[in-house]
Amino acid sequence: MLEPALVTRPAAPRALDGVPAVEVVDLRKEFLRRDKKRDGRFARRRRHAALKGVSLTMQRGETVAILGQNGSGKSTLVRLLSTLLLHDGGSATIFGHDVFVEAGAVRRLVNRVSVEASFFKKMSAVENLGYAARFYGMSPKETRRLIPQILDRVGFPAERSGDAMEGLSRGMQQKVALARALLTSPVLLLLDEPTTGLDPRSKKEVQEFIREIRTTHDSTILLCTHDLDEAESLADRVGILHAGALLVLDEPAELKWRYDAPTLEAAFFAATGKQLEDEGDDDEDRGVFA
Amino acid sequence: MIAPGAASTLRHQLIGLGGVIERNWYLVKRYALWEITFFLWTAANTLTIVFIAKGVEATGGRVDVNRLTTILLIGAVIWSYLGIVFEILVETVAWERWEGTIEYTFMAPLSRPVHLIGMGIFAVLYGIVRAAVVFAAIAAFFGLHMPNANFLSALILIGIASVSFIGIGMMTAVLPLISPEKGTQFGYIGQGLMLVVSGVYYPVSVLPEFMEWIARISPATYALRGIRAAILDGAGPAAVWGDIWPLILIGVLSIPLGLAVFRRGERYAKQHGKLKRSG
Ligand SMILES: Nc1ncnc2c1ncn2[C@@H]1O[C@H](COP(=O)(O)OP(=O)(O)OP(=O)(O)O)[C@@H](O)[C@H]1O
Ligand SMILES: [Mg+2]
Repeated sequence: MLEPALVTRPAAPRALDGVPAVEVVDLRKEFLRRDKKRDGRFARRRRHAALKGVSLTMQRGETVAILGQNGSGKSTLVRLLSTLLLHDGGSATIFGHDVFVEAGAVRRLVNRVSVEASFFKKMSAVENLGYAARFYGMSPKETRRLIPQILDRVGFPAERSGDAMEGLSRGMQQKVALARALLTSPVLLLLDEPTTGLDPRSKKEVQEFIREIRTTHDSTILLCTHDLDEAESLADRVGILHAGALLVLDEPAELKWRYDAPTLEAAFFAATGKQLEDEGDDDEDRGVFA
Repeated sequence: MIAPGAASTLRHQLIGLGGVIERNWYLVKRYALWEITFFLWTAANTLTIVFIAKGVEATGGRVDVNRLTTILLIGAVIWSYLGIVFEILVETVAWERWEGTIEYTFMAPLSRPVHLIGMGIFAVLYGIVRAAVVFAAIAAFFGLHMPNANFLSALILIGIASVSFIGIGMMTAVLPLISPEKGTQFGYIGQGLMLVVSGVYYPVSVLPEFMEWIARISPATYALRGIRAAILDGAGPAAVWGDIWPLILIGVLSIPLGLAVFRRGERYAKQHGKLKRSG
């Protein structure tokens, strides 16, 4: 069994005001899952922990990257903070608002970009951004001015802003997704693998833009990624989430030092490798490798 | 970014309501060809029903063809109207899940009642336009005489009945949240059941007694009866008051009930991770 290995060090006192941007304490989430038995039949549904007591604090303006393998719980964490899932224990506050009690207040502060750029595919970028901004209380007058500006900033070609989304490349769609998130001026930006599946050039462009947001916006960013270089180059602190537990959360240099590793990748393998061995028994009895 | 205060909150929610209608309008525009296809389909369906009156006469039955044709037309048009309203509400969740936008809509500060009522308002406006077009086209096709028809009464009745339809539609909208695969189909079962007990092409009095009891709580019963009276006999709004007040009562109850059912479904979906599609 995993111990709740929380080696989170209190962040440097960089707060602009009293409350932390994000404060997550012992957050837990479980899903019901039908596990396959060894003989191939389906067993009863069992509760399966996706997050096993995660704690972390983010200061305003800080960028934190969360690294983790498939199924480690990154998206679950993002969804909990976006008010899209209800928790099974612990607490989470965003700028002092309880995510599970004051969902309305939290929603105004947060926006998100996920792996898939999700849009009404027959509608254009401008139409998709327009109605989405309306849900955040932005009037047509505001969006007529802001949407072209923001599309320009993410490097989206103006002449395609009336084309149906289905005709745009993945990279372009992802830029529109970034534009949608920024349009509502979120103070907390949740980026869930924003560059996964993009070609090297699009990836660079999106990363460049995230870097720009960091310097020009008053945004706190939580970035979930599989890309170690991305994490190292964009984030102030990097956390490693493994099988629902946050193993460490520290500055990249500290992580390398802690695991005596030359690169962040080596540190990541050192951290998660150890855990894999510990967990061997559990996986065997479950018959799956999550 | 967003100023506090009730007035500003109200303003933001109204803008959000406009956004729901705006988005649906974009979709209507983008799927314009589909609209034509759908119109033809509805018209064909309606015709198969409405021809029954002539068929009865041709096989020796003695009926007032004009009157029976009008009754059948009213039933068929209300059936398709209800179909449109329910379909749009059921798709609140189903369509957005298919497009993958559901999580973005559900994490926005737009309140759920405003969101659902916005869907309902769009559904009603769009449904009334489409139903009116089919009604006019088929009536012209048969050269139906409706010398006494009081269309204002009919419109008032359909408008008030629609409040209840929206409330019931909200309850069906929740089904795809609970069962992503099969939820939508259940919505259509609801539509069919409601019209059967409400006397869509016949008076409720021909039904077995237990169905008559169910008919009493169905808003479609009063809508159909009142609209028939308005179009066939020219009953004015005052004359159909007996059908209007039950509709108001059912409407006042069904909206809060619909919202409460949806809220429970949303909680369930958030508890069990049923909102997401992938990722
Ligand atoms: N809606 C859901 N229903 C059931 N189980 C879920 C659901 N969402 C996540 N899980 C389970 O919770 C665990 C964590 O999933 P999560 O999506 O958070 O991982 P992730 O780190 O984002 O993975 P990836 O890198 O593949 O995106 C997985 O075992 C997954 O199967
Ligand atoms: Mg994920």
